[in-house]
Amino acid sequence: MALERGIPLEAEVLERVDESSSIFTLSLRLVDERQHRAYRFEPGQFNMLYLYGVGEIAISIVGDPQHPELLQHTIRNVGRVTHGFAKLARGDRIGIRGPFGRGWPLAAAQGRDVLIITGGLGCAPVVPVINHVLHRRAEHGKVAILQGVKHSDDLIWRDRYEKWDAEPFTQVLLAADVSGPEWRGYRGRVTGLMEQLDIDFGNSVTMMCGPELMMVAAANQLLERGVGADSVWLSMERNMQCGVGHCGHCQFGEKFICRDGPVFPFSEIRTLFGERGI
Amino acid sequence: MAACYGFSQADGQDNPVAETGFLMRQRFGDLLALLAGAGYRVVGPVHRDGAIVYTDVHDAADLPSGVMVETAPGRVRSTETQLPRLFAWANGPQALKPLLFRSEETLWRVQRGDDGGLAFRPASADAQPLALVGVRACDLAALQLQDQHFLHGAYRDEHYAARRAQLLLVAVNCTHPAATCFCATTGDGPQAQDGFDLLLDELDEGFIVAAGSGRGRELLAGLPLVPVREDQVRKVASTRQRARAEQTRSIPAGDLYDELMARREHPRWNEVAGRCLSCGNCTQVCPTCFCSREQDQAQLDGRGSTHVRQWDSCFSEGHSYIHGLVVRGEPRHRYRQWLTHKLGSWHRQYGRSGCVGCGRCIAWCPVGIDICAEVNALLGGAHGA
Repeated sequence: MALERGIPLEAEVLERVDESSSIFTLSLRLVDERQHRAYRFEPGQFNMLYLYGVGEIAISIVGDPQHPELLQHTIRNVGRVTHGFAKLARGDRIGIRGPFGRGWPLAAAQGRDVLIITGGLGCAPVVPVINHVLHRRAEHGKVAILQGVKHSDDLIWRDRYEKWDAEPFTQVLLAADVSGPEWRGYRGRVTGLMEQLDIDFGNSVTMMCGPELMMVAAANQLLERGVGADSVWLSMERNMQCGVGHCGHCQFGEKFICRDGPVFPFSEIRTLFGERGI
Repeated sequence: MAACYGFSQADGQDNPVAETGFLMRQRFGDLLALLAGAGYRVVGPVHRDGAIVYTDVHDAADLPSGVMVETAPGRVRSTETQLPRLFAWANGPQALKPLLFRSEETLWRVQRGDDGGLAFRPASADAQPLALVGVRACDLAALQLQDQHFLHGAYRDEHYAARRAQLLLVAVNCTHPAATCFCATTGDGPQAQDGFDLLLDELDEGFIVAAGSGRGRELLAGLPLVPVREDQVRKVASTRQRARAEQTRSIPAGDLYDELMARREHPRWNEVAGRCLSCGNCTQVCPTCFCSREQDQAQLDGRGSTHVRQWDSCFSEGHSYIHGLVVRGEPRHRYRQWLTHKLGSWHRQYGRSGCVGCGRCIAWCPVGIDICAEVNALLGGAHGA
């Protein structure tokens, strides 16, 4: 039986937290009690969020799979819909369709070292998988979390990174291309942090999200270190309007990113990945 | 009734036809009346504004009697002749697609209450029993592709499904392929092979009518048919062969994904982009293109909004827009996306080419870009083109 794309479910804004001057997090709760209790997502999936009278956008789910009923989305204020979302306050209503897509390879990560590499707001889609792995600490090897930003002031979630850094066998490394005087992290690109990693590359799974060229550079470095192209996974982004592989906007070669992804093993997309105009 | 109608050897195809008869030309209106009487909205070809368009037809006089259509890259000209034929043309800019996958469609509506609460409700599909008269082999092939896309994937489009379930198809075999047609090389025509309820072969004096489904057989029984004569069978067979032989354009067969992607920086993309207006006409007339965009139409009183889906085109700037940038910023990227998808990615997504050889994109391109010429130029001599 085929699934239906569905219509939005009503959700209430519990809280809007401004993470930086242009990034904010919405905490949402489905208004209908049954829908609220039934909602489940897998780390790496996304929702279509609807702003009343304006339209829908695809946003990855940030949050803890242990508490799927609390829906969190971290959003950059950059377009027509997100300008509206940035003004929402507690009690306001929006619509949610989802979750959609293939998430992070949780099974493949079991028993192996886990490397998370993100750039900019790519730090958001990996939050659920970091939560998942740290909840099941004994089932995974070492964990390394690398995050890069253009300017050190762009870094959000300092507290969260400090908390993760304090977890056993967990390494957090931060990079900024340009940094202010108080920056204690690495100065340069996130790929420049690879030297400092203390993981077993041969028995690792990498999960990445960020600008495509950053992910190309990181993937190539990992391949040079002997990591297999099917052990490097990354989350892709394209225009998405339906979420179910019908509207055609998210096509990347033969893939529909919304339906076949947004998470792919590098081996599936490497031929075209990072090229202009695909 | 002449039960033996075996010219499947003549065109080398398996014909699923079980029953046939001959419908005299002056009785063609009986077919339309039979369909209307069975509760169908009857849509067929009409000559309007210099083109063949599919719209409601009520009697045989509505159909394009004697109309012939001449096409060339970037050119469509219709003329009215004394030829006693209703289907002496290959196709118009549209046929089936807009009847099932609407160019604009409301998906859902939302009302906002005084407390700010949002009440969403789905829009109904606006579906009714519809009989389409005069559908061509290329359009039947395109319909199968649209079915795969909207019905047979992980998700089903309920609006498309509701209309598809109530569709009756009266196909007609092409007797006058256009200069832009190449369905013989895609394997989709000019003869309809399956997927129809009734199939017509037109001769001057009338039509050989064949059933392709149970519903078709029921309808056949209600028509004033006379036995098919042997000379009529021979005439149809030779017409079918001529319709195939007259096609001069060709497109390479098979999955071209790897070959096209290997040439993704080929200078031809720049060359064609210099001619392409990025207008999207090709995608609007293509019977398989499925892209759509969604947008809200808010009520002026602020109390409600309608969420609408409209056809989109990969030639538009907005198609690949994402948070402040356009992924396919240049026309060469967009033409490349269209061609590599149509002739390459489609094989990986749906198991066959997205091109059915109807030639509409060639005829309706305002600058006459020819998909056959482009792909043959890109692939060079690789396919002997």
